[in-house]
Amino acid sequence: MADAFIELDGVEKVFEVRRKTGFLKRERRQVRAVDALSFTVARGEMVGYIGPNGAGKSTTIKMLTGILTPSAGRLRVAGIDPSRERTRLAHRMGVVFGQRTTLWWDLPLIDSYRLMHRMYRIPDARYRENLQRLVELLDLGELLDVPVRQLSLGQRMRGDIAAALLHDPEVLYLDEPTIGLDVISKTKVRDFLRQLNADRATTVLLTTHDLQDIEQLCSRVMVIDHGRLVYDGALAGLHEAGESERTLVVDLERELPPIEAPAPARVVRVEGPRQWLAFPASESAAGLVAQVAARYPLVDLSVREPDIEAVIARMYTERGGTPVSEPS
Amino acid sequence: MGSWRVYPAVAAGGFRRYATYRVATAAGVFTNTVFGLILVYTYLALWEARPGLGGYDQAQAVTYVWLGQALFAMLAVQGGGFEVELMERIRTGEIAVDLYRPVDMQLWWLANDMGRAVFQLLGRGVVPFVLGALLFPSALPAEAAVWAAFLLALLLAMLVSFAIRYLFALSAFWLLDGQGVAQALMVTGLFCSGMTLPLNAFPGSLGEVVQALPWAAQLQVPADVLMGETALLEAYVFQAAWAVALLAAGRLLQSAATRRVVVQGG
Repeated sequence: MADAFIELDGVEKVFEVRRKTGFLKRERRQVRAVDALSFTVARGEMVGYIGPNGAGKSTTIKMLTGILTPSAGRLRVAGIDPSRERTRLAHRMGVVFGQRTTLWWDLPLIDSYRLMHRMYRIPDARYRENLQRLVELLDLGELLDVPVRQLSLGQRMRGDIAAALLHDPEVLYLDEPTIGLDVISKTKVRDFLRQLNADRATTVLLTTHDLQDIEQLCSRVMVIDHGRLVYDGALAGLHEAGESERTLVVDLERELPPIEAPAPARVVRVEGPRQWLAFPASESAAGLVAQVAARYPLVDLSVREPDIEAVIARMYTERGGTPVSEPS
Repeated sequence: MGSWRVYPAVAAGGFRRYATYRVATAAGVFTNTVFGLILVYTYLALWEARPGLGGYDQAQAVTYVWLGQALFAMLAVQGGGFEVELMERIRTGEIAVDLYRPVDMQLWWLANDMGRAVFQLLGRGVVPFVLGALLFPSALPAEAAVWAAFLLALLLAMLVSFAIRYLFALSAFWLLDGQGVAQALMVTGLFCSGMTLPLNAFPGSLGEVVQALPWAAQLQVPADVLMGETALLEAYVFQAAWAVALLAAGRLLQSAATRRVVVQGG
């Protein structure tokens, strides 16, 4: 790709883990967190980066931001080797961790922003303009004078996102930005990210467990498992590749033998009057619901979307690899 | 290493963070005053029995007590400064977030702790010190030049205090649990800085050893500067030498710790 902004070529990260095996005895073991990882992300792209816990997502982000050095391979962000020139790159990137904060806990939100102003040497006019825009878009106006410790999780998250963007970074790494947020806060965050990407062409790499984040934001998704890239493409293709299934949960009037559903739908679980039917994610639920309702005494129903872990688990087994452990 | 202007901002933030906890400050003033009173009467009894102990007369011993109480929180003699937060960030892995910033870690925490120290001096130190000077005979100088010399000694004392705690805090990268470190810091701080008894009152070679250790730069040296018990140049050289050595050691340990995180992932 001509204007590749993030480039990884055969990147590996091997950790050495020492385990206690007895009194003063240690066993050395090598753990391959990232294995022969190669991909490129173009400037202005918004990419979802997903995978089960321990798949290597955080390790990748840490290498991209320069706080971990790859054990092998070539890695460039904006033409810079992150681990060699971490501070130089720091001026050009923004990082947001859903579960960690860079804000000053005891002080009003605005104090943290003033600190960013100095830390990133943002010109005064630029700082005022960016602050005003971010405050407006992220709805922070009334929160600026509130100490961070008094903010709700959703408010703090928005505050953190603003803090990461005051210096106009070219790339934004988001690690679980919607974790623990309620529906309204999630929507606010997603709307903002979409607009940021459209207006400023900021490159965004997003890790998440929430498929809806990806559905609403990313045209491209990369799936990593056991440190390897197992899928890179559109989200729709991911559902196909993983043959992902949705689940129809029906409550019947009474306990009945498993519903005889039209193929490819099938009953996967029965618990008293409640039954679970799996059907391909690519098919509409309407037909199935109509058929079940016509033949069975239906009280209530709901449709569950496939979750990322299940999709990946199935995809991985499909490819003949070792299946990942059940999502907890 | 980022913009130098970030560090005054960090120091100002450090100051304001402590300024927000008013009740804690008031409680601290009360505690330091009560401890001061207890120590003053103990010292008076001691100096009654052993006049001229450590080269101090009674008024000097009393002044030493109130100075100790005034600087207690500022110098974080028994811990309780930035190092608590730093060790917690290392333990939880939040330190990784700090590494994303274009700032120098040591300068960042130094600025932060300086802000805290200035607040603690003003907020917690002044009241017990003034009370003590009003209620008891004291050996305070009248010349402004001596007070200015004392302030410089205080600044150097703060650098040494920071440098010691920075070294202790960074050990959390290897030890992971900061509790033992915090206790070691408290015991060494209280004893070796002369918070319990002036170091010059310690007998024989023990006295010589503790007076040569960096902790002496925190309370003993500024007290002697204030009361005219030491040659200025000698005092400054002693403090500055420890400050430079310990800050340099802190930098070395910092780069080892960063390398460890960067290569091994913490």
